[in-house]
Amino acid sequence: MNQSKYRTGKISFKERIKHTVISIKLGFFLALKQLSRSNKWTTVLIIFIMTLTFLNLVVVSGILVGLIEGSVNAVKTRYLSDVIVSTLDEKNYIKNSPFVINVAKSLPWAERTSSRYLGSGTVEANYKTRIKDTDKVNSVGTIIAGINPDDEDVVTGIKSLIVEGQYLTATDYDQVLLGHNLLKKYLPIESPGFSTLSDVEVGDKVRIEINGNVREVYVKGILKSKVDEVSRRVFMTDTQLRGLLGRSDYNVNEISILLKPGSDPVVARDAMLASGVGQYAKVQTFEEGVPKFLKDIKDTFAILGNVISSIGLVVASITIFIVIFINAITRRKYIGILKGIGIHSTAIEFAYIVQSLFYAIMGTLIGVVFLFGFLKPYVGLHPIDFPFSDGILVATISGVLIRSGILFIATLIAGYIPAKIVVKQNTLDAILGR
Amino acid sequence: MIKVEKLVKSFHSGDSELVALKGMSFEVPRGQFLSVTGRSGSGKSTLLYQLGLLDDPNSGNVIIDGIPVFELNAREKTQFRLERLGYVFQDYALLPELSSLENVMLPLLMMGFTKAVAKEKSAQALTKVGLGDKLPNLPSQLSGGQQQRVSIARAIAHNPQIIFADEPTANLDTETADAVLKTFEELHREGQTIIMVTHEEEYSRRTDRVITLSDGEIVSDILQKK
Repeated sequence: MNQSKYRTGKISFKERIKHTVISIKLGFFLALKQLSRSNKWTTVLIIFIMTLTFLNLVVVSGILVGLIEGSVNAVKTRYLSDVIVSTLDEKNYIKNSPFVINVAKSLPWAERTSSRYLGSGTVEANYKTRIKDTDKVNSVGTIIAGINPDDEDVVTGIKSLIVEGQYLTATDYDQVLLGHNLLKKYLPIESPGFSTLSDVEVGDKVRIEINGNVREVYVKGILKSKVDEVSRRVFMTDTQLRGLLGRSDYNVNEISILLKPGSDPVVARDAMLASGVGQYAKVQTFEEGVPKFLKDIKDTFAILGNVISSIGLVVASITIFIVIFINAITRRKYIGILKGIGIHSTAIEFAYIVQSLFYAIMGTLIGVVFLFGFLKPYVGLHPIDFPFSDGILVATISGVLIRSGILFIATLIAGYIPAKIVVKQNTLDAILGR
Repeated sequence: MIKVEKLVKSFHSGDSELVALKGMSFEVPRGQFLSVTGRSGSGKSTLLYQLGLLDDPNSGNVIIDGIPVFELNAREKTQFRLERLGYVFQDYALLPELSSLENVMLPLLMMGFTKAVAKEKSAQALTKVGLGDKLPNLPSQLSGGQQQRVSIARAIAHNPQIIFADEPTANLDTETADAVLKTFEELHREGQTIIMVTHEEEYSRRTDRVITLSDGEIVSDILQKK
């Protein structure tokens, strides 16, 4: 450095850049030394806090979204499948169903289809023991679904939902499956306007009535599901319900189409519509078919999750700020000495930034390993048992990257500000501890 | 060459004002070993802080090799301290998490020397002060005298024009203090300008010149024949 530089009071831009690069290198050097020779337990504690902060950022919102995502997934896998064909709004059934079913089955992407007849009716349990007309009727209004047991099991895995009794076979006659939410023992709600069947067990006889047609049937099994379209329905074979409904034209109400793995539901939907199915039925992908309230709740929970995550981020920033501030304050004398012997403020500030970033990176790395290595698979295998869904943990790579990025930026700022405050103090006061 | 012109420094304590330096003026030629003595509160450390650019005076100026140093901005002052000045503090002022070698390396790294060169120069400086075998030791693994010598090595490693030493022997026993002073004498013989604050007459007698302060004024300025 020459003398004229001091005389003019100006350091050239090139020299400033050079100083900045040197400062960054030296800051790195100081940070590494401080980290490697600081108290190990303090470092472990700070990293632990950062890990918790990262998990708080990702897991809280992930659980909130996953709570509804679990519900949406269940609706898809247990009811809608990949593509759902349903009645047009103004119709009671899918007109020309055999044609529609053939189109669905002939899709090159279709793995299997399940057609359902649906009819509104009632199920009554105490019709034999009820003596007086004034005795309370033990009945419940429901939707009765007529299914091909094999098709339905392949498409929705309904057989695995049996908790009592047995699943239907194609030849079953006068046998039904009851959704668990139709039974008081599974849904003990005493509420006016909400009815359930009392004292109904597998093997009991119940009476179902559809369109004035009455039939006595045996309860073959009970299904348990968190999807209302399954848990509040009665299932019987399609041939038998067709008879009860008097549906001799084979027109069904719903067709769920399971696609081969990797197939695009949108492409399948469009192919169905291109075949002219649209004039007889509504064709939707599962995403379109998911009830709107679920979508709304999912969006709301996502916002809620982000709000909670933001609070977590502020807490994390304050934590880092306090940690770095205490660190810088307790090392104020040494900061003064560094400045005194000619170490530039940038180098000292950078040393603290590197330290805070180290805590954030280590905390995030451990958090990511814990999240993807244990937590997410564990919750996937053991979903959180909410009353209306099996909650999963939604954590995508992109989401984690974004949140990690935000955490790093917040950490960087939270590390820089206290370092700047302490470094800005008078050098001599810092050295002398004034 | 250091030129001190009418240097005034005062401190405020509540409503009262304490004038620590009352318009002090003197010159220090290159290569001189100057000691500043005086009783506690006489202003000797305050003078050293002004000369070393660690503090700003209320008025007056210090011109080092033609540069009015108080006209420099903060960044330039830092750079000036880095390149031209060396400090030895009373309490050694070493960074506890850095080894002897690393403590000495710091100013050199800031000056832009590569790690290898900085290591080499630092090792030379430490060897010069008799600590060639203590390079990897942390300050906590060194005695007071050894720490002070590390501090001296750090002050001289980058070949500064002037070394400022603030009571460098105050915390040392007689034998160690003598060793430290011998190190300064050796540096002085090599042409180093040294300004040392001390309250111990025994050590000030071993310098070229003694300025004695009292109440912020020079009461004597004696050139000594050794």
